[in-house]
Amino acid sequence: MREYEPWSESRAAEVVAAHNVGEGAALPILHALQETFGCVPEAAVPMVAHALNLSRAEVYGVVTFYHDFRREPAGKHVLKLCRAEACQSCGCDDLVEHAERRLGVKLGQTSADGRVTLEAVYCLGLCATAPSAILDGRVVGRLDKTRLDVLLTEAQA
Amino acid sequence: MSVRIYIPRDAASIAVGAEEVLAALTAALEQRGVQAEIVRNGSRGLFWLEPMIEVATPRGRVAYGPVSAKDVEGLLDAGFLDGANHKLCLGVADEIPWLKRQTRLTFARCGVTDPLSLDDYRAHGGLKGIEKAIALGPEATVEEVIQSGLRGRGGAGFPTGIKLRTVAQTPVPQKYIVCNADEGDSGTFADRMILEGDPFVLIEGMAIAGIATGATKGYIYIRSEYPHGIAAFEAAVKTARKSGLLGSHVADSAYSFDIEVRVGAGVYVCGEETSLLESIEGKRGEVRAKPPLPAHQGLFGKPTAINNVLSLATLPVILAEGAQHYKNFGMGRSRGTMPIQLAGNIKHGGLYETAFGVTLGELVDEIGGGTASGRPVRAVQVGGPLGAYFPRALFDTPFDYEAFAARDGLIGHGGVVVFDDTVNMAKQVRFAMEFCAIESCGKCTPCRIGSTRGVETIDRIVRGENHAANLEVLEDLCNTMKFGSLCALGGFTPYPVMSALTHFPEDFGTPPRLQAAE
Ligand SMILES: Cc1cc2nc3c(=O)[nH]c(=O)nc-3n(C[C@H](O)[C@H](O)[C@H](O)COP(=O)(O)O)c2cc1C
Ligand code: SF4
Repeated sequence: MREYEPWSESRAAEVVAAHNVGEGAALPILHALQETFGCVPEAAVPMVAHALNLSRAEVYGVVTFYHDFRREPAGKHVLKLCRAEACQSCGCDDLVEHAERRLGVKLGQTSADGRVTLEAVYCLGLCATAPSAILDGRVVGRLDKTRLDVLLTEAQA
Repeated sequence: MSVRIYIPRDAASIAVGAEEVLAALTAALEQRGVQAEIVRNGSRGLFWLEPMIEVATPRGRVAYGPVSAKDVEGLLDAGFLDGANHKLCLGVADEIPWLKRQTRLTFARCGVTDPLSLDDYRAHGGLKGIEKAIALGPEATVEEVIQSGLRGRGGAGFPTGIKLRTVAQTPVPQKYIVCNADEGDSGTFADRMILEGDPFVLIEGMAIAGIATGATKGYIYIRSEYPHGIAAFEAAVKTARKSGLLGSHVADSAYSFDIEVRVGAGVYVCGEETSLLESIEGKRGEVRAKPPLPAHQGLFGKPTAINNVLSLATLPVILAEGAQHYKNFGMGRSRGTMPIQLAGNIKHGGLYETAFGVTLGELVDEIGGGTASGRPVRAVQVGGPLGAYFPRALFDTPFDYEAFAARDGLIGHGGVVVFDDTVNMAKQVRFAMEFCAIESCGKCTPCRIGSTRGVETIDRIVRGENHAANLEVLEDLCNTMKFGSLCALGGFTPYPVMSALTHFPEDFGTPPRLQAAE
């Protein structure tokens, strides 16, 4: 689990300035904002636009193009299950279903108590120890229902 | 003298318990009052044996695996520190047949050395390539790469030396080397292993490309799904700068070269070279129309050599050992070795580097040992999500760019994903179209709209609605995507789809109609 900072314009300005180095700094800045606040807050978009001499629409277009960037913070924990072919060959679809049922959500949603966001990921490069998952940055391989249940319990606790 | 133990830091090893083994071992050693040096090596790529730990002995490094934390006490009791026998003992690592049968050129050091120690890198033959490149100078370096026959390992198989020459011959002051570490194909992890397990070979390779082309700046674009790879590579870049391997006098020469790390943001199409350049520039990763080629107008409009991790990481061995040495391996126009990645439902999955020419059947049945589930192998997808599904009947296909193309497939980045007989090919085909729809950059209609229509059509076929007519619609759609898409995302999605329809018609409720129609 990660603790994020509450929104603060001055803090955001600091982050933008710190990562506005070199050419084409949009992605590094957006990553840094998300690292700080848990998402790319709406209010940060004009700041990024100003810093990079772009229009708001352009920055907005960038934020929405990339699957990684969130516009709202995720739940306390983020569990990503790999849904790509190598994991499919080892039964990941059943695991996705199992997780969805236990959390009462679909992929891409956050459980009602706000504790767990369940997402799909397309390949973690752990394809010889499939199926794989990543819980808050911790990689897990050779996943089965038992191991998944342990992860879910940990995330829900 | 204290004993030296190796515990991999590779993400796949960590994903199956390497950190827990490290913690248990550290605690047990302390309790027993044993002094030990623990090296976090990369993985040797025998993933079914991970976590595979090793201990240095006078006989060589003795390996044990797959080790879990609860095995640690038993291992120590059995004499693990002296390389003694135990049910998890695999013998001397270098002698394990699966490893010994390989030809490791690109992966010579991966799993052997401490990936973050430049001294260890040098002690294992590192930096010989760049010294050679400095001695040869740009033109002869490019020539050496051309002569080696190396082709791009990212998927398209374009000759690397020719690309370098094009950039070298474009006379402008600012040029770039871009390393494509977006490795989005499912079933592939070789780039990740290099980033984590031998990052200096990639740094050396990028610097060689810089010398060859006259580029003084390199970017590497690493997918965000690889946090361990990003951390390891960034650490290695820092060390390389400190020691002068990067900077204004690369390895004490007159050449200057530095590397900046950029992190992707979860979009598959950003692995396509022009989309990747847009992304580094801070834009939406929309594919650019070619021409101009990136080699003429690439990053920030400047001449750019964009290459896959494996292509660049192979330059050091080519320069160090000579083009001829590399070229001697392989078959036809596929020269050298390919780090093949055996993945999915396979018994012995991992990184298998070998000369081109090995057959798909040898890879899956002999080297891979069949499925992990123990059920019969039914289909094998080669080359990632845009690659064809092969049936057993095509297992005689040699691993070679042209041989796979001749059978309407591709080797791509070398990923081989095995499925057993429980696979439902209609479901796989639906996924191929769904993935294309999710990842389409939206620039062209056949890909953006066609993929969504594809999903709908497959659903109709599976439901048995207007079966024959909808199969025709799907085939038509594939043709439109194949010939009307700007890049290979839309253009190659028909490969998995058509291959499944051709080789596994029974999964679509069809007797072998398509074969008859061809
Ligand atoms: C949709 C799509 C995704 C791609 N993903 C990657 C990738 O992740 N890594 C890569 O090296 N090449 C990828 N490629 C191929 C690149 O466009 C390009 O051919 C490659 O980076 C050139 O390097 P090479 O000549 O060393 O292979 C992709 C291509 C397409 C169409
Ligand atoms: S084929 Fe798809 S991903 Fe490629 S340029 Fe067209 S819309 Fe974009």
